[in-house]
Amino acid sequence: MNAVLGMEFMQNALLAGLLASLACGVIGSLVVVNRQVFMAGGVAHTAYGGVGLAFFLGLPVLPCAVGFTVLAALIMALASFGRSERSDGIIGIMWAAGMAFGIILMDLTPGYNVDLMSYLFGSLLAVPRSDIWFMLLLDAILLAMVLFWYKDFLSLSFDMEFARSTGVPVRLLYAVMQVMTAVTVVMVIQIAGLILVIALLTIPPMLAELFTDSLWKTMALASLASLFFCLSGLAISYHLDLTSGASIIAVATAGYILAWGFKSLRRGA
Amino acid sequence: MNDHSCPTCSGHDHPRIPEPHFRPFPGTGTPVIELRGVCFSYDEREVLSDVDLTVASGDFMAVIGPNGGGKTTLVKLILGLLTPKAGTVRVLGADPLSTRPAVGYVPQHALIQPSFPVTVHEVVLLGLRREGGLLSSRRWPGYRGRDREKAMDALRMVDMAELSSRRFDALSGGQKQRVLVARALVSDPALLLFDEPTSNIDPQGKLCLFDLLSNLSASITIVMVSHDLISASTRISSVAVVNRALIQGAGRELTPSMLELIYGTHDASCPLDEYIKGVSSIFGQTGPRSSV
Repeated sequence: MNAVLGMEFMQNALLAGLLASLACGVIGSLVVVNRQVFMAGGVAHTAYGGVGLAFFLGLPVLPCAVGFTVLAALIMALASFGRSERSDGIIGIMWAAGMAFGIILMDLTPGYNVDLMSYLFGSLLAVPRSDIWFMLLLDAILLAMVLFWYKDFLSLSFDMEFARSTGVPVRLLYAVMQVMTAVTVVMVIQIAGLILVIALLTIPPMLAELFTDSLWKTMALASLASLFFCLSGLAISYHLDLTSGASIIAVATAGYILAWGFKSLRRGA
Repeated sequence: MNDHSCPTCSGHDHPRIPEPHFRPFPGTGTPVIELRGVCFSYDEREVLSDVDLTVASGDFMAVIGPNGGGKTTLVKLILGLLTPKAGTVRVLGADPLSTRPAVGYVPQHALIQPSFPVTVHEVVLLGLRREGGLLSSRRWPGYRGRDREKAMDALRMVDMAELSSRRFDALSGGQKQRVLVARALVSDPALLLFDEPTSNIDPQGKLCLFDLLSNLSASITIVMVSHDLISASTRISSVAVVNRALIQGAGRELTPSMLELIYGTHDASCPLDEYIKGVSSIFGQTGPRSSV
């Protein structure tokens, strides 16, 4: 075991898992309590357009993907704010269009054939140390923002109309929330893949929500649960030679089903 | 104020509402709410047309009307969440945006997320006024001890202090509505606005809620919009009817023209006629005129 942990790629994978878990636990809790999982899925898929654009223009992938995804998230936020009956349609359009845009640009990029599967599931075991530092910085910024606006996020998530009546700048904070989701998605997508992002933003907060009575407790428990799923998924992936992202999702799904069953049994008892 | 045993709250007497630390209405004679010639429309659809309304200090007014008649729009105009297309809205003698801190708002609990990880105490704390702008340095995730005690005081007023650590979504409809009243009270309002306070509440819960509102009305001006005429009739001091236009009566009486604004004209043989006569008698008036 020590030999495994001594390998740099495994240390990087563990650190990346820890940082991704923290970001996804905190931001994912906001996503889940605001019922914006579909929106987060749309943002995640739109990020693919940014990746395609970066390859086509020969630009660095990360800044280009961040810029593109944040812009797309803001458009979705503006289009859907206060019009919940139309938001799913708008998100659906952005979801499909962003991904198609990325694929077409990659098709048009001369001499380059990217492996789509690597962006669907990613590879936690191939994260370079430089990305760890970048993730650490983004985590610190995201946590500071959530701490600073915690009461406002809680208020607008619980009852947006009332939050407005108490002076919370709801529209601005709604946009800030979408930007934070977009940054989290791009940060995690390149190390964990598109599908793991959605899984980590959704499953741990859904599980944590079952056992907590406060949003900050949901965020904390979701981060811990996410870390547990990442570590156990990585261990399974290493020993059984499976794709790391898919293994983590399988463990998280099983964990949620068990937690939900336990909660239901306790409620029935 | 009337104390009595309440079966659906905590099974014991309602606490007497303490003499308020609420701000008294500044000045006498100035209406708490004054709307003059207010028109509002969503895109091309006109919702309110040339509406006048005056609510005096200490009033407990019910604004009743059918669904889609403009009741919630009226509340949002008074809160300053919407701006009228024409006319003026004055709250406590000033622009609604500037007097927002003195107005407590109680939305329909049914519109609040059914499952949310938040305690009753935290919900009430959310009612505290937000100080400063988006980047105000006074933002901090925790609450001060003074604020926490204030929230407990508000919960005591609505007889919900014992359930302060319970998850909000574990409460009954009536209990949730009482907590939302506490959330509005925590900011020391001079005016309380209710939007459909009795929706999704069982009959006993409605009685409890109106007892509470009746007690509160001794110290705070209350305006509630509702389509529930029967419940609204119990404790109010005045009534107005809105259905695009608005008719305000002298007291709690429903005049024939008010009933006609809600239900329109109809044949005496229409089954609705009996219902309207029943409603009218509850409000202490004769029935509406029927077009035979």
